[in-house]
Amino acid sequence: MKISTIVDLLDAQVLCGGDHLENEVHSACGSDMMSDVLAFVKDQAVLLTGLINLQVVRTAEMMDMRCIVFVRGKKPAEEVIAAADDAGIVVLATTERMYPACGKLYATGLVGGSVSAV
Amino acid sequence: MSEPVKFHFDVEGDNFSSAGEASVNVKKLLRQLSMDPETIRRVSIAMYEGEINMVIHANGGTADVLLYPDRIRIILADTGPGIADVALAMQEGFSTAKDNVRALGFGAGMGLPNMKRYTDRMEIESEVGKGTTVTMDVFLPGKNA
Repeated sequence: MKISTIVDLLDAQVLCGGDHLENEVHSACGSDMMSDVLAFVKDQAVLLTGLINLQVVRTAEMMDMRCIVFVRGKKPAEEVIAAADDAGIVVLATTERMYPACGKLYATGLVGGSVSAV
Repeated sequence: MSEPVKFHFDVEGDNFSSAGEASVNVKKLLRQLSMDPETIRRVSIAMYEGEINMVIHANGGTADVLLYPDRIRIILADTGPGIADVALAMQEGFSTAKDNVRALGFGAGMGLPNMKRYTDRMEIESEVGKGTTVTMDVFLPGKNA
C-alpha cells in the first residue's frame, strides 16, 4: 500500500514527509505503549498511536518505521514533527479513533505483519 | 582483542524529551560505518531502552559504545538508586515506573527483558544506593563464538 492511500483512507493531514507519499508500506501496528512497540513489533512500517510526545518518533526511528499516524485528532508539537522530518519519517494526523483507523487500513490490505518472539 | 573504537555520551536525567538522543546518534554513526542493518537495529533498540531506563529511574548517566572486530559493546552506567532484585526486574511486566512515565508510553516492565532479547549477552551489576551498570554485547553477523 502506498502511504498516499493511507492519507486517503483516513482523510489524514500530512504534517511532514510529503515527498515520501508514494513509498510502499506492507504492514502496520497500533499502540499507545511504546514499550510494547519496542518489545513486540518486528518489521511493521507504520505506527498508529494516540501519543504525541517525542519518544514516539524516537521509537519509530529505532524500529526503522516509515510512517507515524497520530489518531484521535491529536497534533504533536513542532519539535516532534521536526524530529520525524529529520529522520525521514512521514507524519500523518487523522481525526479517526484508533480502532476504526486500524480497521480501515487492515480491511484494505495493510496487515499486521509478524511479531518478534516473546 | 584489539583496541576498540569508542563513543561516549552523557545521558541527561532531568529531561524525558531528550531521552534517546544518544541512541539516535549511535544509529547514525553505525549507518555511516555501513554496519549490518539488523545489527544496527538491535544495538539501537537495546541502547534506547537502556537510556530511557536511566532517565526514568536514575537521573541519567553515561553511555559508552565500543566497536570491536567481532561485536558491539554497550555500557550504560548510572549512579541511581540501584536495583534491589535484578531477577525480579528482569521479569516482563514488572515495573517501578510512576504513572507519569506510563502516560508517556513507557514503564510497562519491558525495558530490561527487551534489552536482553535484542542483545547476545547482557550483564547487570547493581548495588542499592550506589547505581547500576548494564553491559550488553551484540555480535556481528558470523562472529558469534
